[in-house]
Amino acid sequence: MSVLKAESLTKKVTSPEGMLTIVNDVSLDIAAGESVAIVGASGAGKSTLLALLAGLDSPTSGRVTLAGADLTALDEDGRARLRAERVGFVFQSFHLVPSLTALENVMLPLELAGRRDARAAAQETLGRVGLAQRTGHYPRQLSGGEQQRVALARAFVTRPAVLFADEPTGNLDTNTGEKIVSLLFDLNSQSLTTLVLVTHDRAVAARCGRLLQMDSGMLK
Amino acid sequence: MKALALAMRMLMREWKSGELGVLVLAITVAVSALTGVGFLVDRIGIAVDNQAGEVLAADVVLESGQVMDDKAVDEAKRRGLRTARKTGLFSVVFNGDASQLSSLRAVSAEYPLRGQVKLSDQPFGNPEFATGIPARGEVWPESRLAAALGANVGTQLNIGASTFRVSRILISRPDQGATFLELAPSLVMNEEDLPATDLIQPGSRLRRAQLFAGERSEIADFKKWLETNKKPNEEIEDVEDSAPQIKSAIDRSARFLRIASLVAVLLCAIAVAMAARRYVQRHLDSVALLKTLGATRGFVLTVSLSQLVVIGLSAAILGSLIGFVTQSWLVQLLSGWLRGDLPPPGLAPLGVGFLTAIAVLGGCALPPLLQLSRTPALRVLRRDVGPPPPMVILAFGPAVLAIAFLIWWVMRDVKVFAAFTVGLAAFVLVVAVAGWLLVKLTTRLRGGVGVSWRYGIANLGRRRTESIVQLSAFALGIMMLLVLTVVRNDLLGDWRRSLPADTPNFFFINIPSDESREFATFLEERGAEEVRVRPMVRARMTHINGKAVEDIQFETQRGRGFANRDQNITWSGELNRDNEITAGKWFSAEDAGKPLVSVSTEYFEELKLKLGDTLTFDVAGETQTAAVSSVRKVKWDSFQPNFFLIFAPGLLDGTQGTYMTAVHMDARNPKTIGDLVRRFPSVSVFNVDDLLAQVRSVIDKALAAVQSVFLFTLMAGLVVLIAAVQASRDERRYESAMLRTLGARRGTVLKGLLSEFAMLGVLSGTLAATGASIAGMYIARKVLQIPYEFDPWVWFYGLVGGGLLVCVAGWLATRSVVNQPPLLTLRGA
Repeated sequence: MSVLKAESLTKKVTSPEGMLTIVNDVSLDIAAGESVAIVGASGAGKSTLLALLAGLDSPTSGRVTLAGADLTALDEDGRARLRAERVGFVFQSFHLVPSLTALENVMLPLELAGRRDARAAAQETLGRVGLAQRTGHYPRQLSGGEQQRVALARAFVTRPAVLFADEPTGNLDTNTGEKIVSLLFDLNSQSLTTLVLVTHDRAVAARCGRLLQMDSGMLK
Repeated sequence: MKALALAMRMLMREWKSGELGVLVLAITVAVSALTGVGFLVDRIGIAVDNQAGEVLAADVVLESGQVMDDKAVDEAKRRGLRTARKTGLFSVVFNGDASQLSSLRAVSAEYPLRGQVKLSDQPFGNPEFATGIPARGEVWPESRLAAALGANVGTQLNIGASTFRVSRILISRPDQGATFLELAPSLVMNEEDLPATDLIQPGSRLRRAQLFAGERSEIADFKKWLETNKKPNEEIEDVEDSAPQIKSAIDRSARFLRIASLVAVLLCAIAVAMAARRYVQRHLDSVALLKTLGATRGFVLTVSLSQLVVIGLSAAILGSLIGFVTQSWLVQLLSGWLRGDLPPPGLAPLGVGFLTAIAVLGGCALPPLLQLSRTPALRVLRRDVGPPPPMVILAFGPAVLAIAFLIWWVMRDVKVFAAFTVGLAAFVLVVAVAGWLLVKLTTRLRGGVGVSWRYGIANLGRRRTESIVQLSAFALGIMMLLVLTVVRNDLLGDWRRSLPADTPNFFFINIPSDESREFATFLEERGAEEVRVRPMVRARMTHINGKAVEDIQFETQRGRGFANRDQNITWSGELNRDNEITAGKWFSAEDAGKPLVSVSTEYFEELKLKLGDTLTFDVAGETQTAAVSSVRKVKWDSFQPNFFLIFAPGLLDGTQGTYMTAVHMDARNPKTIGDLVRRFPSVSVFNVDDLLAQVRSVIDKALAAVQSVFLFTLMAGLVVLIAAVQASRDERRYESAMLRTLGARRGTVLKGLLSEFAMLGVLSGTLAATGASIAGMYIARKVLQIPYEFDPWVWFYGLVGGGLLVCVAGWLATRSVVNQPPLLTLRGA
């Protein structure tokens, strides 16, 4: 059953050199529980495609259906609500809120969804990523690997239908990167989440069920 | 509800992490400056009002020539005000064969409600404060009445059908006035004795007055009630009518304090705007993340707004407390300096402080916060994506509106309001253009300087908008402080000059024309310098442009007073130094004998006159018509003899007038005055030492206020500088870490930062000094009506002081940037 579907997705932007097509007529269909890696060189349009698929950006033309909802028909707030219910994110630069502790960062999406058990659920998830002892630390007091683990906990704590990951190991050394990736795939298999992952790390991509190669805005 | 609860939780978390410091500091200092100034102005205002009240012996006086009912008194009592009565009438007082026309003052037991009566054991003797009023059967004649009648303590005086014992000699009473309309010496008696004198007969000319005093706000309300409920024959007496000298000093200090608090408000507005800017910069990522995690725009907006409200409220409460404590401390500090204690402040400044905080927050912090909620979620993937640029009107409109509202609220004068807003707008424009030029120019300079300077200059150019915003904040902040310095110096100088030690304290009225020369010599022989006598005659206006004054509707009470009361007038070809012609021309030599009259601005405005209007007077029984040829601004607080009306020389020479003069004499030498009264029995002596002391006290209080308000605004100015520097601190931190990673030494980075601040400081200082000179001139001349003196020091303060201050503030704020290990910064980025 399809959980994420793109039809003729195109994104154009104006630049000093004229109109640039960053994503060019991309169509894809991802089934529930699948794990898909989008790979390609820098500037190939991977991250823009991810932004379009997750509803963070709107396409110039084309359509995205996520968990049965037509993203292109929703306004910004509508897309935000859908993200709150069905989507999780992991970023290259972690994006933790610097003024919140590890626990508070993980609680945040639950609180946004109005969950009363936010604290317990967040604590439990932080335990699953091995950070039960560091819940009161602020991001600046954590190492890069630990910060990304907090980010993973935050992404999985809502049990999302689809998890988008943008170069999740890009800011980490090889060793730490491998540990994070293992953790990501473990969590993914435990929660039966659909995983869409942008990376240029072949080893990471190889762990996914399907590989989509992107070049100059098009899927090959 | 969910958003609100989360907003509060996030606020608590941000507070714990120290994120909100600058914004809270800016608003706290803003409110403490405002409430501090407000409290001080309020306390000094109450003290000054009380002082003014002393001139009336009450806060409000209702007067009538007819029998008054108790309606106003009952109403006043219902409102918890204190009341008293006095009745004034003229009668001849006898001591055996000696007699003298006197002004009798029959007072009730509560008299006076404000100020104190001073008594002595002998005429012109050492004064003591009275307790209560004369007992029944006793009277207190004024020194010159006692001297004229040869009376002393114990003498029996006959008044009407009764006989009274002199129990004390009256030295002064608070409501003796300073307009010298009442020439007869006065005598204070108990009102219960009045009926027995049989002086109150049908048709006798009595002036009855009801006196009221109480809390400031209560009195203001009651005054409004009186205005609508008083009878046509009743008049409300004002301090303006009784003592224009005090009124003038009060007005000027009030205007300065208003300007000072306005400066504090504007400084705070800048600080809040800068702090809000930084808050927004630092929250762009968090908002993008919240949106990625599913927060809607409305949710983000609710979170930001509720945080703003809580921050605003708590900073306002904290600020009010600090403001209150600081002003109490200042008052203590100044206590040796103030004559008399200051009354405790009212609560009004709290409301004003809160309202201002709301206006400043709404105008200067709300627009950037609204903008924050428009940050796209996409920013989580692309750092360069920010909120779409707002429409100019939305970004600046509320701030402009809020500032315009505050200026209007504080100044309440169309002309001054227009000048302030236009001037401020012009200054901001000039500064922005200058900033843009600086950025342009410095980018060209880069090649020719060392690495530190190049880094500093490059920073200016790269952060173009930020640099222009910072420059504007610095320049505005420094300019306002300089303006206040200029105006304060002018005001202090003017006040010190206005009442020198030899200010006349004795006024002599009713000097017969044939004795005027002899009188002057008498005084000069006893140490008075350069005694100049002036003719003076009483006149009553009958027509304006041929229309009888009875048929003219005057809009103001004061205007009616001018038209219906006797005035002292004079004639002269010489213009007093404390008079300034504001319209028309002063009499030339050819004008001698022509029917021309020069009027004071008060007269001109209250009667709505135009140059060339003809005024007809009854001058000592003769009709005299004259055209208005000039308008004079009179400095009433100079204590020199001054007149509302001055006729052309020669015109009234034939009039049966008397002369007057004013000199400075040692009041502690009663013998001279006693001799004088015996030698020239018809001359009326007025000692204005009490009034002078009152005016000096008003000025002292105003001076204290001016100094302390200045301190508050200085504090606000410093916060602006800190807020302005803080605004770009995060970026600087990151850059400096990068530079140090690349091998730059700390000194190099620091020099680069300092060179950037030095340039911003010097340019903003120069612009500020220019702005301050122009604004200072306008405020001194047009708002405070004092002479403006160009002060070259402003340039020194502006350039060196401003440059240095910006450098120090910059260094303080960025010191940690340079000291922090680069790795820590880069990891946190």
